[in-house]
Amino acid sequence: MNLLTATNLSGGYGEVDILHNLSLTVERGKIAVIVGPNGAGKSTVMRALLGLIELRSGQIIFEGQDITQKFPQERVILGISMVPQTRNIFVTLTVEENLEIGAYLHDEPISVAMEEVFSLFPILAKRRNQMAGQLSGGQRQQLALARALMMSPKLLLLDEPTAGLSPVVIDEVMERIKQIVAAGVAVVMVEQNAHKALEIADIGYVLVQGRNRFTGTGSELLSDPDVRVSFLGG
Amino acid sequence: MLDAAIVLANFVVIPALSYGSLLALGALGVTLVYAVLRFANFAHGDTMSVATMMAIYCTWWLQSLGIDFIRPLPTALLAIPFAALGTVGLLLVIDRLVYRHYRQAKAPPITLVIVSVGVMLILHGLSRMIIGVDEQRFFDGGRFIVSAGEFKEWSGLKEGLAIKSTQVIAIVSAVTLMAYLFYFLQRTRTGKAMRAFADNEELALLSGIRPQKIVTSCWILVAVLAAVSGTVYGLDKVYKPFTYFQLLLPIFAAAVVGGMGSPVGAILGGYLIAFSEIGLTYAFKRVAGHLLPPSWVPDGLLQLISTDYKFAVSFTILVAVLLLRPTGLFRGQAS
Amino acid sequence: MSGRDRVYFVLCLLLIIGVGIFQSWNVALTMINFALISAILSLGLNIQWGFGGLFNVGIMGFVALGGLAVVVVSAPPVEEAWRAGGWRVLSALFVAVLAIGGSLFVWKRWRPKKYGAVSLVVFLTMAFVLYRFLFDPAVLAIEKVNPALSGFLGGFNLPVLLAWPVGGLLAAAAAMMIGHIALGLRSDYLAIATLAIAEVLVAILKHEEWLTRGVKNVTGLPRPVPYEVDLQQSIWFQEWASQLGIDGIEASSLTVKLCYMVLLIIVLALIFTLCQRALNSPWGRMMRAIRDNERAASVMGKDVKRRHLQIFVLGSAVFGIAGAMMTTLDGQFIPSSYQPLRFTFLIWIMVIVGGSGNNWGAVLGGLLIWFLWIQVEPIGLATIDFLTKPLHPTSPLRVHLIDSAAHMRYVMMGLFLLLVLRFRPQGLIPER
Repeated sequence: MNLLTATNLSGGYGEVDILHNLSLTVERGKIAVIVGPNGAGKSTVMRALLGLIELRSGQIIFEGQDITQKFPQERVILGISMVPQTRNIFVTLTVEENLEIGAYLHDEPISVAMEEVFSLFPILAKRRNQMAGQLSGGQRQQLALARALMMSPKLLLLDEPTAGLSPVVIDEVMERIKQIVAAGVAVVMVEQNAHKALEIADIGYVLVQGRNRFTGTGSELLSDPDVRVSFLGG
Repeated sequence: MLDAAIVLANFVVIPALSYGSLLALGALGVTLVYAVLRFANFAHGDTMSVATMMAIYCTWWLQSLGIDFIRPLPTALLAIPFAALGTVGLLLVIDRLVYRHYRQAKAPPITLVIVSVGVMLILHGLSRMIIGVDEQRFFDGGRFIVSAGEFKEWSGLKEGLAIKSTQVIAIVSAVTLMAYLFYFLQRTRTGKAMRAFADNEELALLSGIRPQKIVTSCWILVAVLAAVSGTVYGLDKVYKPFTYFQLLLPIFAAAVVGGMGSPVGAILGGYLIAFSEIGLTYAFKRVAGHLLPPSWVPDGLLQLISTDYKFAVSFTILVAVLLLRPTGLFRGQAS
Repeated sequence: MSGRDRVYFVLCLLLIIGVGIFQSWNVALTMINFALISAILSLGLNIQWGFGGLFNVGIMGFVALGGLAVVVVSAPPVEEAWRAGGWRVLSALFVAVLAIGGSLFVWKRWRPKKYGAVSLVVFLTMAFVLYRFLFDPAVLAIEKVNPALSGFLGGFNLPVLLAWPVGGLLAAAAAMMIGHIALGLRSDYLAIATLAIAEVLVAILKHEEWLTRGVKNVTGLPRPVPYEVDLQQSIWFQEWASQLGIDGIEASSLTVKLCYMVLLIIVLALIFTLCQRALNSPWGRMMRAIRDNERAASVMGKDVKRRHLQIFVLGSAVFGIAGAMMTTLDGQFIPSSYQPLRFTFLIWIMVIVGGSGNNWGAVLGGLLIWFLWIQVEPIGLATIDFLTKPLHPTSPLRVHLIDSAAHMRYVMMGLFLLLVLRFRPQGLIPER
């Protein structure tokens, strides 16, 4: 069964629609990747899935439950977590405090979740009492992932997690994402580095101007000549 | 030598410490609103005024009941909790009726500043209408902890040291409140959430923090700060609605100098402003008289700036800091 | 102007006529005169906020400078004071300007690296000592000259009408300096900075007795219109008054006020015409473009800071003119009367209620809010008196409420501001 099914989403900011009849699904413990040119509405999809923009039509089903009308906080409680592309950590809080805020909605003690996250990101354990603003770019991105994982989400939404990072660090972050998926968390990821992202994708969506253009497994899309020419630079 | 130190303590250090404590509390109120609600709150001075007014009525009521078990401390200290409660109610009602609309409409900060000017006018008018424009004294209890005469007798020095009880109350209550505030911000769940919200509003929302809860706790803190700082200032000096309106500027100065949005900065800013206001306008002749041989003591008052410009000192510092380091001397919120 | 806008103005006129009929024409004319000045102030703020989006809360300072201009231009000089220390004060000020200007110049040009800051501080300290050496005795000497009547330098004894443009120029010069240093700030910081600067300006006027007599005030400033006494004594006026069937004293006071009114209307019309042309010129459109999107405008090659300085100076000049007019109308300069509630925040309410970005709106706001500012008190008093009639005349509640009616204006002004912001944020006459 699909963890999340979004069908025929239309909507955007104010009067102008950015998404047009867009559909996507993701299965438990799988990774879905959204690629496409600038302005295709990739980030808007993420925001729509979390309820940060108003939809004019369409339906979002999460674990068999219709969540189209739910507030963002309610979706967070149900198990959807998001890492925005920029400003995705609290720079004036310590690493540990960032993680505590990540688990803000958890009522039970969070030490277990924190230890799990630290074992996934050992560097953060070392810097737990440092201000998050002092971390390097790659460490920040890890902290952003870690913060989102503190709620033990079932679905993680990642908005360009590798933007602005050096190639070595990109590989490291991709590796972490694979580990997260292996641990059973489903991921929907928007990526500029289409090649790298599609390599690890179970399912890929190519978006153009807010519409589905191509859909397929990662390797299908990578080998599709149309996709290669238009979106992967040959 | 010792005499010089005593004069300095008596006329500069202690007054500046007590005045600075109250400015710091005021600046904390302004800076918290700036950090959480993201606007410069012009109504804060008059919020303090209304809070103090509540405390005054409460004091009179307690006095009329003959409650005086806390002598030699002033009765007004017992009134502060009631005043704080009343102010919490007032600010939450104002938030509900006025500010919330603009928050939900995502109005630009400048609109909120103008709105706070409207709130300022209403609160100012209310305090004038209810208690009147005249000075109100509501201090009772012992005036001095150490009086100049006693001190001279005890120490055998030529100069006396006088410490007013209200000065000590100001310093003690400010330090207690600051300590609690930092405990709250650093250690409690809601405090951390408040810092997170101030740091990055959208990410706080994504983490499931409810803005209304943060805003409410912010107003509660601001109300308590306003009630304590306003009442103690009134005890130490005098209560008059217009004076409290005028306090807004040194408070803003303290908050800006420390960096808007930074609690530590607000505290340091408060003391910095107080020490410069008092230090720059104090006539150091008497200090020099004890330090230098009589023939060296100059004729002038050794006063850097005339007392007339006491208020102007803080504004000048404010403007200078705004121009040289707009984020404040102690680095405020980067965002 | 649309039909509805005209209705607003007619309503204003009716309100004022109502005051004339029900209270007295003297009161009505005084009110009109101050309302006209308010309209000019409001136009000035509309230039800054409505056209340019500058959040200036330092209006009071520029108004006070306009008032100072009246003293300096029109008061008779005090020769003895000049002899006692006039030149010494001027040379002290010259030293101050030289020291500040010189150190700024050196700092900017060469920015000395080693010991730069230290030597600057030493230099400024020396300049400060020299300044105080020149300044203090001179001030004492000046203030000792007949302190009950003068004790200040006086002015140049020039026609008082000249003070109006001079007030504008003085305010503009101050705005130029303030703008240079403060306009780079974010809007709410600019607000705090201008509030503080205005407070400092007024503090200076309040305490520099050699210049303004400080709290002793400068009274008996000359007028651009005839004096009541002269009118009453002239034969043609007595005849004219008796023909109209008005009491001579009443007639003289009305005539003086009418003369002022004509002068004020001329200035208002002039400034309004200029504002209207500016708003509809390419310059005005560019200003609004900058206001609406600063970043885009600066990307398009507009020098945003320079434009901001321009409107800041222009608007402040209008405040200076209005300030000079107000002091002329009062016939006296009272430094302690400058308070931000009355001279800054009230003007803001006028512009926002009237409609920022629209000159007609600013004028309407000026007239209407001034009317309310004056009339809230009697209306409130009458209401409270009526409501508490059943109470005993000496009942403490009734006495207290009647006393407090005078302060109702602040509450009412705050309420107007909040209500307009909430339910008609564009103001009564919106920007077109």
